[in-house]
Order: sequence, then structure tokens, then C-alpha cells
Amino acid sequence: MCGIVGLFLKDKSLEPQLGAMLTDMLITMTDRGPDSAGIAIYSGADDGKAKITVQSANPDTDFANLDADLKKEIGAPVRMTVKSTHAVLEIPDDKVDAARAAITDLRPALKVMSVGDSLEIYKEVGLPKDVAARFDLAKMTGTHGIGHTRMATESAVTTMGAHPFSTGPDQCLVHNGSLSNHNSLRRMLAHEGIFTETLNDTEVGAAYLTWRMQKGATLGEALEGTLDDIDGFFTFVVGTHDGFGVVRDPIACKPAVMAETDQYVAFGSEYRALVNLPGIDNARVWEPEPATVYFWNH
Amino acid sequence: MQTFDLEAEGLRALNSTLHALKGQTNATAWEIVNPKGSHAIAVGLDAPIDVTVRGSTGYYCAGMNKQATVRVKGSAGPGVAENMMSGTVIIDGNASQYAGATGRGGLLVIKGNASSRCGVSMKGINIVVHGNIGHMSAFMAQSGNLVVLGDAGDALGDSCYEAGLFVRGSVKSLGADCIEKEMRPEHIDLLADLLKQGEADALAKPADFKRYGSARKLYNFNIDNAADY
Repeated sequence: MCGIVGLFLKDKSLEPQLGAMLTDMLITMTDRGPDSAGIAIYSGADDGKAKITVQSANPDTDFANLDADLKKEIGAPVRMTVKSTHAVLEIPDDKVDAARAAITDLRPALKVMSVGDSLEIYKEVGLPKDVAARFDLAKMTGTHGIGHTRMATESAVTTMGAHPFSTGPDQCLVHNGSLSNHNSLRRMLAHEGIFTETLNDTEVGAAYLTWRMQKGATLGEALEGTLDDIDGFFTFVVGTHDGFGVVRDPIACKPAVMAETDQYVAFGSEYRALVNLPGIDNARVWEPEPATVYFWNH
Repeated sequence: MQTFDLEAEGLRALNSTLHALKGQTNATAWEIVNPKGSHAIAVGLDAPIDVTVRGSTGYYCAGMNKQATVRVKGSAGPGVAENMMSGTVIIDGNASQYAGATGRGGLLVIKGNASSRCGVSMKGINIVVHGNIGHMSAFMAQSGNLVVLGDAGDALGDSCYEAGLFVRGSVKSLGADCIEKEMRPEHIDLLADLLKQGEADALAKPADFKRYGSARKLYNFNIDNAADY
């Protein structure tokens, strides 16, 4: 089991409440996934600045003076916002490659959670309510976001085993289900130069999408490819720069419910996750079809 | 009419209150408000009562029902009326996967669409769906009837036994050992009765349906297929 939630806002007036709405949805899904939780949230698109979200097991030492050290290395202003074990580094968008290289040199122990124009990823082990409080998720604003509550089956309960997994700039993936052929796919991807960091099955799913898109596929084509190349149970939700996508395996035993109004498109593993959204009683509510790729874009 | 606020009083209180109604009771009409997609609402009822749920439900609503009539004024999550024994369950909206699974008796009516595995392993229940049903519906269905006014998804009736499957619209594909069968007068009569019970007699005519069922070729071991096992 696992829980997935997603919210894509059409109505800009709801943007200040995105974090609060997603947090409520995430906590409702606690009994589908009490091991760990994570959220990917999109804000500040096209403002000329890129964001790198990093995670540390020792934030006090790793994050001390990181902004000043990074500024010296890349020769450009750096704005750092520390939230518990994560820090978001805002830099000019032409300095992303330089900053990534510099971070590896300056703080080798840091893990990069996400890179992009608007994406930030926060994830940790613990109950969803505790993870949400630790990162103050309810106060976050944005245009869209996805969240995940994890009940681990395929690998250990660790920060790096939690979802979302980043699949590329401004792209991320969450998963409910279990993949059967992840070991052979992981070996195939390593041959192709795509390396995974954990023994987690979902990370292989994310790496598969990265590989397909490096080969020229669009995200939609890469998601179509999961239906042929990935064996196992999955409902995947992917976050993109301007929206999110959903795909379920052809057997579709992992649940998925969607709701749409003039104000938003919402995803939940169960209808329970959606009940506190504004206007839900009059929303169009349906289940996404199996083996069908869906997208919502701004 | 007794009204029960699920959000205020909780699921355990609801189900134990309804379970306490055995045999003859004067409290026959119940309304449940604020269901908010909760799981296991009104499961295991065993009294001739009438329960209306004002909103959508989560997993296993009205599971194992006996005698009671449960009406959901919204949509139902996975496994609605699972293993129903008798009574009636009516969903005004859509139903999620495996609606009416393993049901042994009674009537399940879904006024919207049902998703995958509707009536899986049904064993005597009658199911009337006003809309469409998803893939693998009536998988290993043993007895009872599944009536669908709309379309059926892939692999309808895979490995089914003696259940009657009636579909008015298209069938995307038939499952293993499921074939179209002749519609005889007794089937027209049966269907007319089921449509009436399922509040669908004004929506469809029995003659518009096709009947599907088991070719009975999987019933016994066939030596010619030994290499396939």
C-alpha cells in the first residue's frame, strides 16, 4: 500500500493555500503509508531563478555558510532557505550546472533532492503529520504539487527510499504499487549510464523515465513506455513544470480517484483524501482508466 | 428516521448500533450523514432496515449485507456490497473496483459506472449496472446475474461458471471460455424482472441485450492441453 495525493490549481486565488490543502490530503492518507512522507511543490516559475533542493543527515554542519561558500564558487548571488534537513538554494538559472558541481565539491555528503525552475522536494521518514510539521508544508504556496505517504515493501525505510523521486529538471515521480522487474531494469539502465542510488523499485521507475527522455521521448511517450517495459503494479503520478500526469498499469488494482472543478484538478488514492477540498460535492469525480496516460497543464 | 453523524460519532459506534438491530425493530429508517469516503460503512447488517448514506463512501460499504436495504447518495469505493448475502444495495453514483465481489445473494444496483472486476467470483448475487463496467468483470463468476445497460471492458466473464451475463452495449473482449449465447424466452423474462428490480425498466428493453456465459470447456481437465499447464 501507499498513498498518493496531487493538486493542480486552475484558480490563482487558491495558490496561497496550496500547502495547507495538500497537507490535509497527505495526512488523511496516513493509514495507507505511515513509514515516511514526501511532497513536491511547484512555485516561482519563470522568475529567472533556478532552485536546487538538497538534503543532509547533518544539517547544522552541512548547511552552515553553504550560501556564502557557493556564492564564492559560482560568482553569483545565492539565496538559501533551510527547512529542517532540507535546504533550497536559489541561484540564477544559468548557474545550475556550476552550482551542482560546486555543491559536490563543497559538501560531498549532501543529497540533491531536486533541480529546476520551480520544483522543491521535501521527504523524510516518520508519520505524514510529523513530516509536514517539520517542513512547515502547510504554509507553502504554489501552483501545483504532489505528495506521497509510504508503506515500504521493496526497500528499507530511509529518507532516500521515500518518494517523490526526481526524474529530471522540474520532474518528479511518486508511486503506489510494487515493480517486479526493477532489478533487471536497474542493470540495463546502469549499462546505459543511468545510475540509481538506492535498492528502491520506484527509483528505477523514475530512472527509466529519465533514460527515455534523454533518448528524446517526451514525458508522455516515456509514460506510455512504462506500460510495455515495466512489470508490476503501479499507479504513477508525475509532476512537471506546468502540471501533472497520471498513469495506471493495465490491471489497475492500485486505487486512484480524480476530481475536477473550475478551481482545480485533484488526485487521491482514495476519495477520503479529497473530501475537504472546496466545492467537492459538485466536482466531477472519476477513476482514471487503466493503461491510459493523463495530463493536466497550465 | 434516525440520523447518525458519522464524523461526530465514529464508525465503530455506527456499526455496533446497526448490528444491535436484530429481528423486529421499530427503528427501521436510518440516515448516515458526513460519510466523507470512510471505509466499512454499514457492514455486516442483519435486519430488515433501510439505511441511506448521504455522500460518498470508501472501501467495503455494505459488505456482508443480510436483509437490509442500503442506499448510497453518492459514489462507492472499492468492494461495495462485497460478499452480500441478501437485501439490496443501491449506489446512485459510480462504484469502484470489485463491486459485489463474491456476493451470494441479494441485489446490487449501480446507477453510474462500475470499474474493473465488477462481480468477480459472484455466487448468486444479482447486479444491475446502469452505466458501463470495467475490465475483468465477472471473472470466475459462479452463479447469479450481471446486467449491464452500457458497455463492458476487456475479458468479460473470464473462466466463469454458471452466472448469467447480460450486456446491452459493446463488449471490448470476452475472457477465456466466455461466449455469446442464445437469448431464449426464459432469459427475456428473467431480464425483465431484473431490470424492474434494478430501477432500470424505463431505461432499457430486455430484447436489446445480448447474453454471455460459460462455454464449459474449462470445467474438466483436457489431455490435449497438458502442455499448456
